[in-house]
Parts: sequence; C-alpha cells; structure tokens
Amino acid sequence: MSGGAYLAPAAFEALASALLGADASVDLTSLYLRAEDSEFLRFNQAKLRQATQVQQAYVTLAVERGKRRAESTLSLSGEPGADIQRLQQERALLISQLDLIADDPWLTAPPPRARSQRDDRGALPAAHEVVALVHELAGLRLKQDLVGFYAAGPVAHGFADSAGSRHWHRVETFNFEWCLYHRADKAVKTTYAGTHWDPAVFAQHLEEAAGRVPLLQRSALTLAPGRYRALFSPAAMGELLGTLGWSGFGLKARRTGISSLMRLERGEAALAEGFHLDEAFAQGTAPAFTAQGHLRPPRVALVDAGRLPDSGGTLNSPRSAAEYGVDANGVEAHEAPEALRLRGGDIAHGDLLQALGTGLYVSNLWYLNYSDRAACRITGMTRYACFWVENGELVAPVNVMRFDDDAFRLFGPGLLGLSDTPVFTPHNDTYGARRLGSVTTPAALVDGFALTL
Amino acid sequence: MLDHLESRARHAAARLPTSAVHWAVRAVHEESEQLSVRQDVTEAPSRALDDGAMVTVIDGGQGYAATSDLSEAGLAAAFARAHALARAGAGRNVVDHSRVERSAARGQYASAVERSATTTTLPERLGWLREVCAAAGAGDARIVDRHATLWNVRCEQLHISSDGGRTEQQWEFTTPSVTATAHAGGVTQVRSSGGQYNGFCQQGGIEVLDRAGFRTEEGPRVAREVLELVSAAPCPSGAMDIILMPDQMTLQIHESIGHPLELDRILGDERNFAGTSFVTMDMFGHYQYGSALLNVSFDPGHAHEFASFAFDDEGTPAERALLIERGRLVRPLGGTLSQARARALGFELGAVATTRSAGWNRAPIDRMSNLNVEPGDQTLEQLIEATELGIVMHTNCSWSIDDSRNKFQFGCEYARMVRGGRLAEVVRNPNYRGVSATFWRSLAGVGRADTVVVGGTPFCGKGEPSQVIRVGHASPPCRFTAVDVFGGAA
Repeated sequence: MSGGAYLAPAAFEALASALLGADASVDLTSLYLRAEDSEFLRFNQAKLRQATQVQQAYVTLAVERGKRRAESTLSLSGEPGADIQRLQQERALLISQLDLIADDPWLTAPPPRARSQRDDRGALPAAHEVVALVHELAGLRLKQDLVGFYAAGPVAHGFADSAGSRHWHRVETFNFEWCLYHRADKAVKTTYAGTHWDPAVFAQHLEEAAGRVPLLQRSALTLAPGRYRALFSPAAMGELLGTLGWSGFGLKARRTGISSLMRLERGEAALAEGFHLDEAFAQGTAPAFTAQGHLRPPRVALVDAGRLPDSGGTLNSPRSAAEYGVDANGVEAHEAPEALRLRGGDIAHGDLLQALGTGLYVSNLWYLNYSDRAACRITGMTRYACFWVENGELVAPVNVMRFDDDAFRLFGPGLLGLSDTPVFTPHNDTYGARRLGSVTTPAALVDGFALTL
Repeated sequence: MLDHLESRARHAAARLPTSAVHWAVRAVHEESEQLSVRQDVTEAPSRALDDGAMVTVIDGGQGYAATSDLSEAGLAAAFARAHALARAGAGRNVVDHSRVERSAARGQYASAVERSATTTTLPERLGWLREVCAAAGAGDARIVDRHATLWNVRCEQLHISSDGGRTEQQWEFTTPSVTATAHAGGVTQVRSSGGQYNGFCQQGGIEVLDRAGFRTEEGPRVAREVLELVSAAPCPSGAMDIILMPDQMTLQIHESIGHPLELDRILGDERNFAGTSFVTMDMFGHYQYGSALLNVSFDPGHAHEFASFAFDDEGTPAERALLIERGRLVRPLGGTLSQARARALGFELGAVATTRSAGWNRAPIDRMSNLNVEPGDQTLEQLIEATELGIVMHTNCSWSIDDSRNKFQFGCEYARMVRGGRLAEVVRNPNYRGVSATFWRSLAGVGRADTVVVGGTPFCGKGEPSQVIRVGHASPPCRFTAVDVFGGAA
C-alpha cells in the first residue's frame, strides 16, 4: 500500500464512510484529497540526472460548527485501517479546537449534496522507455545537449462531506519540457504534454527543435535599452498573463487596493478593445470543485473588450465574497486564476513574423515581478531563443535583456494584434504536488516594448 | 515517530538484489500549525501532519522512490521502485554513482529551543495574534487591511544508509509576520514586519517572537511606517549610494550570491527551469566577486538561523566555510555528488555539504542553506554619515533576476533618503538594479557584528520537480556606491 492507493475512488469513499457519519457535535465534516503516483525524470546533456518515483496522498480534514472551522492536512499511508484511525484521532482534536477559537463571520459552507465526477485515463510510457529514448535519440543520434524534465502519472483530487457532497477528479497526464542548448544561455525550449504518449510524436518534436538550434549559432545581438516592436510567443504571453493573475483579479486584492489592476477597477485605464480574458474552468484541467467543496462555474469573465465586465471581473472566494457582500464564483482562497484564457485575434499564425516585420521576437520570458504594482508595471527578463527579426526573417539571437513596462500601455494602446490560434499550455508546477491548471493564449504583437538593461 | 523505522528499513533493504551497491532511507515526520488573524477576525487554524520516506538505491544508476507507507512492506515496495529506476538509468547517468564516495557519519542535531510552541495553548497563540493585528493600526481609517500570522513547524528526520551512516535531526521553526495596507490620497502602500513572504524566520520556539519584537514593537512600527509611506514622495531616480538593511540584504545575498554559486546550476542541471549561472568552475580561487570588504560564509551552525543543521540530507557532516573571502571567490555551494562531478571534469572545488530536499517526497539537490555576509566594522550611523547622497532601503517586495543570476532588479517596501550624511525624508516604491558580476565590487561599507540580523526565507524555489526550501541569511546593513535607483510610475 501507499498514498497511491487513494487514486481509486473506492479507497477515498472508504475514508469518507468512516469519517463522515452523523455527529451532533459538529455541523459539517469534510475531506479534501490530493493523491498522485508520479514519475519524475531529470536530464542534463541528454543523460539521466535524477529519477524519482513518488506515491503520495494528502487529505485535508475539516470540521465546522456554527461560524467556526478547524482543519488539518495529513499524509496518508495507504493502509485504510491506520489512516482511518489517525484521521479519527485528528478529527477529535479539531473538534476540541472549535471550543478554543472565535467565530469567523465570513465562513461559508459549501452547497450540500453536490456531485461531480471526471475520470480520464491516459496512456503513459514506462520510465525506462523515456530514459532510453532521450539518451538514444537526443544524445546519440541528434547529439544534442538536452536538459529537461519529464513528469507523468495519475493525479486525483476528491472532496466529500457529511452533507452528502461527493466530487472526484482524476487525470493521467505527462508533461515533458526540455531545452536543447547551443551554448551558455541560448537554447530552444519545447514542451510535449498530453494524456496519451506517442514516441513518434515526441521524436518529431525533438527533431524539429534540433532543427532550430543552428539558428542560435549566429552571432548574438545586444540590444540597446529602448522601446521595440515585439512579438510575444504564447509561452511569453503565458508569463505575462500569469503575472497579471498574481493579485490582479482577486476580490480581496481589489477591495484592499493592492491589485495590480486598480487602474482598471477605477476606470483610469483600459486595455485594448481586442483584449478578452476569462477564467475558463470548463476548458482547463483543474477540478470542477475547490478544496472546500464549492463548485466552479464554466467561465468567469475577467476583462471584456479591454474593460471590466458588469460582474466586476474578479475571482471571488466564498470567504471574500461573504466579507464584501458579493457572489462567490468558485475559486480557491488565494483567488488566483487556474485556467486563464485570452481570446485570439486575427493575425494568422503563419503570418506572425511578417506582421512583426522588424523587431524583437520574444520566445520566452523569465522571472517576472511587479516593479510598481499600483501602476501595473512589470519587470522581467527575456530568455532562451529570442531573435532580432528584419522584414519577417529571423536575423540573429538576442542576448538576454531586462524589460520594465506598463501592462496597461503594453496591452492597451501598445497592442497591435493577437494571433488567431490560442495555445493551451498545462501548468508545469510541481511544488509539493503536480499542479492541475493551465493557461490558453495566442501570440501577441505589441509596439514600444521597453527594454531597460 | 521514527523510533522503529530503522529496523523496518534495514529489513526491507535486505530484499534488494545483491547487485545494489548502496541504499539509503531518509524518513521525515513534520507537524505544523498556521494561525492567522486578519482584520481582527480569527481565521480557521490549520494543522498539518506529514510522514514519509525517500529511499535511494544505486545499482548501475541511481533511483529514488518516495512513500508515505512506512511499514516494512511499504518501504520494500519503495526500494523495488527505486531499484527499477536505478536500472533504467544504468549507463545513461550524468555520473557513475557507484564511484561517488559517500559519508557514513553518525550523529544528531537539534534546534536550540527555549520554549517550544507545544508548551503554549491555542488560545494563547491566537490571543497574541489578535493583539498584534489590533496594534497594526486598528481604528485608523487609512489602514484598510491588517493581517498577523504565526507559522510553527516541528520536524524530525532520520537518515540511514547501507554504509552504516545514521543521522538524526530535529528542528523547530517559527515564523511570525504582521502586514498592514494603507490607502490615502489615491496612494496604496503595504508595510510588513519581515517582508510579505515571511522574511523573519528562525529556528526556535516562542522565543523567536521575542527576538522579532513581534508582540511589542512590530504592530505599531508597521502601522506607523505604512502611514508614512502613503504620504511620502515617490523614490527619485538616478545613480546614488544605497544602504541595504539586513532584511533587503537577505534577498540581495540570496539571488546574486546564493543561486549563482550553486554547483548543480553551474553544472547545468537547472537550465530548463531555475537557470544557469554566470559563474563557471574555472573562476573559483581567483575571481574577484566583490570588494575586499565582502566575506560570505556557509554557516550551518549559526545560532537560531533558519537552515542550521549538522548533516545535509545525504548524511554528510556540514561545517562552516567561507565561500567568498575578501571579495575573492573561494568555493561553491555543492554537495558530495556535485563535487564528484566537478572533480571528474578536472575541478577540485572544495565545496560544502548542502544537498537538501524540501521534504520526504523530493530528492535532494544543492541548496544554499545558511548563507551569510560576515560583519565588518561600521555602525549604521557611520554607514549613513559616509553617504553624501543616497538611500536606505528596507524589506524586499519585488525581485527579478536573469537566468544566469546576473542582471537584477529589486524593489523594497520602505526607504529613506540620505542627504549630507543624514537620514532625510521617507520615499515610496524604491527600486534599484544592477549586475551581480559588478554590483558586489561597489560594496563600500559593512555593518559591524551588533548590526547583524538573522533572517531568511521559507520559500526558496528551485529544482525539477519543484522544491521550496528553508534558507537562512544573516547580514549586517551594507553600503554600495553609485547604484541605479528609481521609483515607481504611480
């Protein structure tokens, strides 16, 4: 047994049956499960650097009485009897804590007897097949300096409570990101992610990437600080949108004034008319329920035609919604987006370099942060295979540059167009657990992108 | 919790095939509590209990497997999975793991704890937070948000290996924080006690709150300073001297010394995610990283510091060492494996034992642990008096650096101008930028021992799979000359 046992819904239901029986001492008991059985393979120079197999399961046990809640997150061994005994002991302790804490006026119970279920099966390779393929194809045949990370396996989230709700979300995915390095910090970055692994498709991605490495052999240009016409790839746009999601859309951040989008909130600034952004849960890979058992709507509009929608364009956790007297819209307590989607524009994907003409092609951005959150000014670095482009042709790789720019200008008057084919990219975070989430965005053509160092 | 694990692990390991040349088990038991009072409302207390083990097997290659099933059968299953991965990598690894010499040290470590959080009651701890939250400006309409938190972690770790190594370590970590947000005249500002990402973090129990001045000073100070900020002028732009206070030095050390000196980055392991380094292996021993005033130590034995330990997560004894001495680059941050890889490439770097993991479910990699700037001989007043035109910056709130850890831009919560050697007006949204390779050479003054503050971060991110780890940084305030300073747009 191990935490991996809880990837089966029956094992989780057994926990629920044992823990969620009627108990007059509390109003609600709930369980939120996160389990995974993951293969992690790190490569450097097309050789194996580190290979790890992780079986883990954590459950957050919560008890509520009136306006009081206490919770505890426990690792599960996979042995049902031991896990149930441990959870029962912890539940008793949490119930005792309810007598020691104050009321929380913003505590909101999830809807009773709610149900959801998703169980997607994939076809994943054995670890030794991936190790061999990388070594033989990237290392021996293509002779590439591949450095990368393969993460794969099933991930399950479940929620159950004593009010009769049951939610289950299980996916089986792989995500392989790698760089083919020419030298120093110049590399071609590629991602192959999905649910059904195909070695031929992986080989095709690898060979295409290898074919682009020679472009990096050209002498690199160092651009002077200044403003440039620029084309952001979907990967670069994902970084920029992700930064906007860092406090930008949260209801609490808006109401306390620390949101980076306060100028939009106050009507002092607007984005371009072609800028339509939403939280598209239905199209993403995140569960249809939150850790506290609240259901997610298919879509939450965040920006419509460059302005806030009538609904406010905020992500409202149940707690913040109660505090500020608005409706919740199915987000976690941190009120950060998990399935951002930017609508495409009208630049055909194949015409992007021609549309750029002469300027900077930004393949990747890195380490973004706010240099002035109130003004929505974002700084960060270019990374990997950014190119100087002239007359629609890649001319030379560009040495890494720092940018510092106002996102309202960049995606307001600076936005010249968006590509017509938004790209879906699953999140690659593996902090503590493999994260389920995504961003979907087209490429963007902008004017006056400010490079500073 | 880990009392009976050793015998189970040794029995489980006995089932490995005889071709396995090495095995190890690192078992972790961690209990934590996070408490939060925001706007005088007590939020739900949150506990965590985490138990699991990472097993390592070397047979041709090296494999790791993590399990939360600590029974003999569970550990045996983990050994089998790790063994399969070790065989999958045989002949395809970046290094021949069977030739890497490993420590078989035995010993113990425990945090210095005067009063464990377990000796206090939940109502006591919540009461302190309510007091601090209220002290952070309750009743002042300009202060629109107040938030006090307390995070306590108690962790036990047992590492045993087939070589006879056995290390047992226990830690208690305590992290208090209070943050206030104010709005006035169209300006919103945030001020915190140790940074918005828990920069005041130390090993120890409730006495950490006293060392932080948490219950007595921090609430009123945060409230006073956030109100100063909302009525302050924007930070001016231009080249000027900067004095970085210890809670900003933490970030400066972390990003532009710590990460570039990680040997696994220098070896290229992190190029797909966290990045590479402008430092190369041929620089050690002669490269002038900073001015002659710069002395940087790896100090796993520093009292109270967040990442103190006696052994790293491979069981290697850890000892204090200077990484930069009088400005000269001496040695990197790299554990046994990275040192062996460097040696195979012809570099004898004399690194330090700092291979660590975020928990039982992650394999260890090179981390920075406690990384400190050694004190100099200046009082804070002397640093200020030596500054004709400059700025004193406190508490990081924005950080960005390139993937070679060279071009950086950092922002702070709070700053005061220095004019004619004296502290002058408060300014808001202070930022500065520079290049690591030259920035430290502009170090012109270092605070003496009684100006040192022991801080760090619970959230150093790195690795694939990603790992967030505890890091300590102790530093005095430091003065740098002719730095590019600028303010915000708002």
